[in-house]
Amino acid sequence: MSVVQVRLAALLHGYTGGRSQLPAEGETLGEVLADLDRRCPGLRFRVIDEQERVRRHMRCFINDADARHAAAPVAAGDEVFIVGALSGG
Amino acid sequence: MADGVLLLVATRKGAFLLRGDAGRAGFRIEGPHFLGHVIHHAVLDPRDRRTLLVAARTGHLGPTVFRSHDFGATWQEAAHPPQFARVPMGTPARAVDHVFWLTPGHAAEPDVWYAGTSPQGLFRSEDGGRTWAGVAGLNDHPQLAAWTGGEQDGTPDGPKLHSVLIDPRDKRRMYVGMSGGGVFVSDDQGAQWRPFNRGSRADFFPDPYPEYGQDPHRVALHPLLPDRLYQQNHCGIYRMDLPCEEWIRIGAAMPAEIGDIGLPLALHPRDPDTAWVIPMDGSSVWPRVSPGGRPAVYATRDAGATWQRQDAGLPREQAWLTVKRQAFCTDALAPVGLYFGTTSGALWASADEGAAWHCIARDLPEIYAVEAAAA
Repeated sequence: MSVVQVRLAALLHGYTGGRSQLPAEGETLGEVLADLDRRCPGLRFRVIDEQERVRRHMRCFINDADARHAAAPVAAGDEVFIVGALSGG
Repeated sequence: MADGVLLLVATRKGAFLLRGDAGRAGFRIEGPHFLGHVIHHAVLDPRDRRTLLVAARTGHLGPTVFRSHDFGATWQEAAHPPQFARVPMGTPARAVDHVFWLTPGHAAEPDVWYAGTSPQGLFRSEDGGRTWAGVAGLNDHPQLAAWTGGEQDGTPDGPKLHSVLIDPRDKRRMYVGMSGGGVFVSDDQGAQWRPFNRGSRADFFPDPYPEYGQDPHRVALHPLLPDRLYQQNHCGIYRMDLPCEEWIRIGAAMPAEIGDIGLPLALHPRDPDTAWVIPMDGSSVWPRVSPGGRPAVYATRDAGATWQRQDAGLPREQAWLTVKRQAFCTDALAPVGLYFGTTSGALWASADEGAAWHCIARDLPEIYAVEAAAA
């Protein structure tokens, strides 16, 4: 199982106890978020919808690449950055 | 008799609670709860008078439901919020954009709640709102796509399922409203559904009286006379008295210069003949504001045969209010109190069944819903 570092924008700090960075395990973005969800219940569904798509106003970057689906692969040492898109309101 | 009233105000930027005494002369405001969250509905369970559910999302984060057992001092998020079934990649898929409506279940099922969503979906919780499951009889109905049409048939911020009504005599008898789609009824607790729109217009279709496809803005069932239904529809105000399954356009008795277009509707808790509406301008391009810039509530005391204007205390001119479908309610006190919230963030109240109005909060965020509970 790959270990990645996840950076989380402030809009998710209510789930992480204020932490902006957490390690997580998984082979895909969805698995990484599921691992986080076990420690931060509710976080995954706020970011990924029931069809495994990254929500319209969220962005999940795997290193520099914009991932739009939970099936996006991650590798050991990757950085996942979860942030609100320049939208919403 | 309750000692006072608790108002639950859902706004585009959070939820507020307002407490008033039995005289309802003054209200104390608490909040905001969930500042920055879009709160579409906040409902206190009348069965235990302590379980409070709110439907929440943010501009970025997806939809969820929070619940509190201490009037908002602490909140717990649903472990499994309303969500459609997952389908294989590449096939048409639905995702809940927001939870729009919350209804406590029948009195005999104290932990049951229902939720209506955008896009149209019906969900049921059997554990007080902690986990939710789709009502497959509706969500997976082979005709649902035909009933609801496409996204162009929904409201400006998305098509919705709302007005989830449970017959107090029989938990199996349910109604929902869908915008678009129309009113639908089930006699087996949601396993099967049928359109329930005969007599209600849909003048945006070639056939103005289709079997389905209407746009009911708000549907209500009288708790003491459950065979009487009212609806404020995109195309008028209607009443139905079962067993005759036909909507009668009672809005035809409204003044012609006002019309019978609006979003919300409120019922008297003890008198099935009394109802209130808040007309809006539905002419030409649909401004959806007070006709003529002169806001008013209209009351009927005879089940829609006649209507009386109630505007004492409301602005007399240049007031272009919009009141959304969930933002008008009554309390259970005597005389009945009425409350409505505007998209411009004002909350108006009447302690005398609409005879006189006063503003009890200004400058709130855009108000989406107002509910009154015994306090």
